[in-house]
Amino acid sequence: MAEPAATINDDSAVTAETPKKELGPVFKVAAGPTKWLDDRIGLAGLGRPFFRKVFPDHWSFLLGEIALYSFIVLLLSGVFLTIWFKPSMSEVEYQGSYELLRGITMSDAYASTLNLSFDIRGGLLLRQMHHWAAMLFVAAMLTHSLRIFFTGAFRKPREINWLIGVSLIGLGLVEGFAGYSLPDDLLSGTGLRFVDGLIRAVPLIGTWAEFFVFGGEFPGELIIPRLYMVHILLLPALILGLIAAHLALVVYHKHTQYPGPGRTNGNVVGYPVFPVYAAKAGGFFLIVFGVLTLMGATMQINPVWVFGPYNPAEITAGSQPDWYMGFVEGAIRIMPNWEWHIGSTTWSWNVFLPGIGVMTLFFGIMAIYPFVEAWVTGDKREHHVLDRPRNNPTRTAFGVAAMTCYAMLWIGGGNDLVATQFHVSLNAVTYFLRVAVFVMPVIAFLVTKRICIGLQRSDRDRMLHGAESGVLDRAPSGKYSERHRPISEGEAFALTQHEDLPALLPVAEVDGMSEKEIKSEQRRRRATRFYFIDTLRRPTRAEIEEAAHHHLHPMHLEGNGEHHAIEEVEEEEHHLAR
Amino acid sequence: MTEDTTHGRPSTEVATVGEERYPVPDPGLEPHLPRLTDVDEKAADRATRQVATFFGLVPVLAIGFAVVYFAVPGDAYIDFGPLRANTRNLLLGLTFGLALLFLGVGAVQWARKLMDDREMIDYRHGASSSDDDKTYMLTELNKAANEAQLTRRKIIGRTLIAAIATILLPMVVGLADLGPWPTKKKRAETIERTIWAPGVRVVNDVTFEPIKPENVEIGQLINGEPANLQDLEGSEYQIEKAKAAVIVVRMDPNTITIPPSRETWQIGGILCYSKICTHVGCPISLWEQQTHHLLCPCHQSTFDLGDAGLVVFGPAKRALPQLPIAVDAEGYIVAQRDFLVPPGPSFFERDSRNDFKRGDN
Repeated sequence: MAEPAATINDDSAVTAETPKKELGPVFKVAAGPTKWLDDRIGLAGLGRPFFRKVFPDHWSFLLGEIALYSFIVLLLSGVFLTIWFKPSMSEVEYQGSYELLRGITMSDAYASTLNLSFDIRGGLLLRQMHHWAAMLFVAAMLTHSLRIFFTGAFRKPREINWLIGVSLIGLGLVEGFAGYSLPDDLLSGTGLRFVDGLIRAVPLIGTWAEFFVFGGEFPGELIIPRLYMVHILLLPALILGLIAAHLALVVYHKHTQYPGPGRTNGNVVGYPVFPVYAAKAGGFFLIVFGVLTLMGATMQINPVWVFGPYNPAEITAGSQPDWYMGFVEGAIRIMPNWEWHIGSTTWSWNVFLPGIGVMTLFFGIMAIYPFVEAWVTGDKREHHVLDRPRNNPTRTAFGVAAMTCYAMLWIGGGNDLVATQFHVSLNAVTYFLRVAVFVMPVIAFLVTKRICIGLQRSDRDRMLHGAESGVLDRAPSGKYSERHRPISEGEAFALTQHEDLPALLPVAEVDGMSEKEIKSEQRRRRATRFYFIDTLRRPTRAEIEEAAHHHLHPMHLEGNGEHHAIEEVEEEEHHLAR
Repeated sequence: MTEDTTHGRPSTEVATVGEERYPVPDPGLEPHLPRLTDVDEKAADRATRQVATFFGLVPVLAIGFAVVYFAVPGDAYIDFGPLRANTRNLLLGLTFGLALLFLGVGAVQWARKLMDDREMIDYRHGASSSDDDKTYMLTELNKAANEAQLTRRKIIGRTLIAAIATILLPMVVGLADLGPWPTKKKRAETIERTIWAPGVRVVNDVTFEPIKPENVEIGQLINGEPANLQDLEGSEYQIEKAKAAVIVVRMDPNTITIPPSRETWQIGGILCYSKICTHVGCPISLWEQQTHHLLCPCHQSTFDLGDAGLVVFGPAKRALPQLPIAVDAEGYIVAQRDFLVPPGPSFFERDSRNDFKRGDN
């Protein structure tokens, strides 16, 4: 990596200014209590490393912040809800102000949810905010994880933080599910009925797990108090602890940054915590909080009074889980009905594989990916400058393939709605998705990879031939061409500061390697070829200089496509040979 | 360029440093461009007014929230075209939400327009600890182990590990009473039986009225429950209802297939099936009268009630269990006995050999 500070011009890079000796009014007012605290906890020393800590600025870094802030909103609104919600399945006769359900026997949980919605001032607002915040929490975590994935921010030294993030998504799903199961309305009870079926279907231990979770047969009278404990104590504590660790690691590693002039692997360029980020991040928290409040005020969500109390013999058409469970729901729906009946046992693959299997696979693949990629590249160095997604086409293609698979499952979760809204056969939708869930990701992989390589070519074009100027020249022969302008040094640096990762030929000389080592190395090298063989190489300094030289001749016209093609084939061979 | 390919071993440093890594030299940070608010005092004043206005609106809205809380009645509704909302809920949310939003927008505007926006550089350190720290820790760790006599009296360390491992046992054992153990006997009393018994009347699940065959028309579907469900209360009621719910349908006997073994289970084309899906246990209720198909709204498993409840589509494997019915002395439909197989979703110990399969008769 380059010496970071060498080229920095003193005007543009300003380090922390020392405060003036004269104390401003703020300092004078704060002097008393601050000194008191400092005498006891060493306030200045505690704050010093963080006060002017630098964070880089980019909109995509806000996704994780949205997740954090919606979690804080969840904690705040959740505390409000616990004041009135009664997690009990004992039966009461509803006597509240919602007339359509008055006199009906229902669980205390459902009755207290109705009470919150109709009789507690602000209760409905907080309930709806809580639900919207939960939706946003999971959505923000997932999009944040996509940003991390596509920019390669999971690479060393951030693998542990990636794993913490994956765990947080998993816990977020379970936490959300536990939450929307609590009101004990018809929809949430249907969700629990599904979970009962899912737990039972686990081979060997399913029935035991079911009896242990539900305290006997479904639905029993323990599941809601138990889920309540899980929802307001166990999982929030785990999530909070993991978020603390997640943020501590972000502070320790310092934030990654996008490539750009002056940005190197050895520095971090951005704004200080005080005052800029205190205002920006604090302000953004309030914006997220405010938007969630406005959503709670104006957008109805989970109107439990419409569904009625849970009744195991009733259901409504179009019953669906919250969106983030949609992919599991879809897997369950499109799964063929495979079930083994061996002796006096039943192996319910039709429920176990799409239910437990898909979730395990989803989180398992996410968890191991950084280690797979590190094994392929053999890269043991730290990375703090993010990849532009195009510069690792295979990784990007994997990501899009996974998103496509998720999308197919998600569509499957609403196959009945797709059928009714688009007037197509439900069976056809289901059969299509059974194939599409495997085929579409492959197509997405290939297309994405080609798009990335195309974008790399356009970068390369910009590097070597400059940017389009919009000025057309007509040659004496009548041929038109567009004049190109050289791009700025800063852009050129940003476009070329990633590395070319080599596609390696099989090991030729094997002296000093055991049979096992050779095998593993050959496998790794095959993987590097799969990953990098058709990745475009960056222009070298010589090529850039040569291209710049060409531009000195005003009459030079851009080479035709054929010329390019030949050049690139040669490059690839060259690349392979290295 | 990047690897020692002759031996084919990945080196720890894959890429070389220097020219090849950066074909274009780092020009350093781009020069700071002043914003309008940096050079035009009027623009800066305008931004200041914007920030102050946003902040100034917050107390107004906060007080507005308090006023709404105490002044607006809970039964007032706003009707505005397709929108219908509880006035108090809407106004509480609008005042509080806008107060939060304005506070946030004001702060961000302040940061963007007025706070110094020159970027700063911080330098990174490697994530690993320094060699000095490592050496210190290893030496001290060794010293500490010696001081604790752990190296000399190894038995302490070994028994300590065993002790810590087994101390977890009580915590696990303590959870054994999470629920009753589903032993063979327990299963036979719970998930493998329902409260259907010989002579129990099939009643309408809302009105609990018994059903006479002559009142059931061809094509009609009735959601039923056992009459003895009314004797139960609380969780027992829910548990039994979740297993015993049935549907009674009448189909034209000439258009359906009734296996010979089930000739006596029906009354002139009136058949009774479990309402609980054999997939994950949703109550099935979408009845396609013409095809005799019954569709589960949860995962779209489809059962053919005109063909012994066999699965024709979807993720369910097993046919819907059929309840043998008859008519009692007073002419009402009653169960001949409990289901022959447990209704509801599969579980591992379920003996599924007796379920009706395609080709059985």
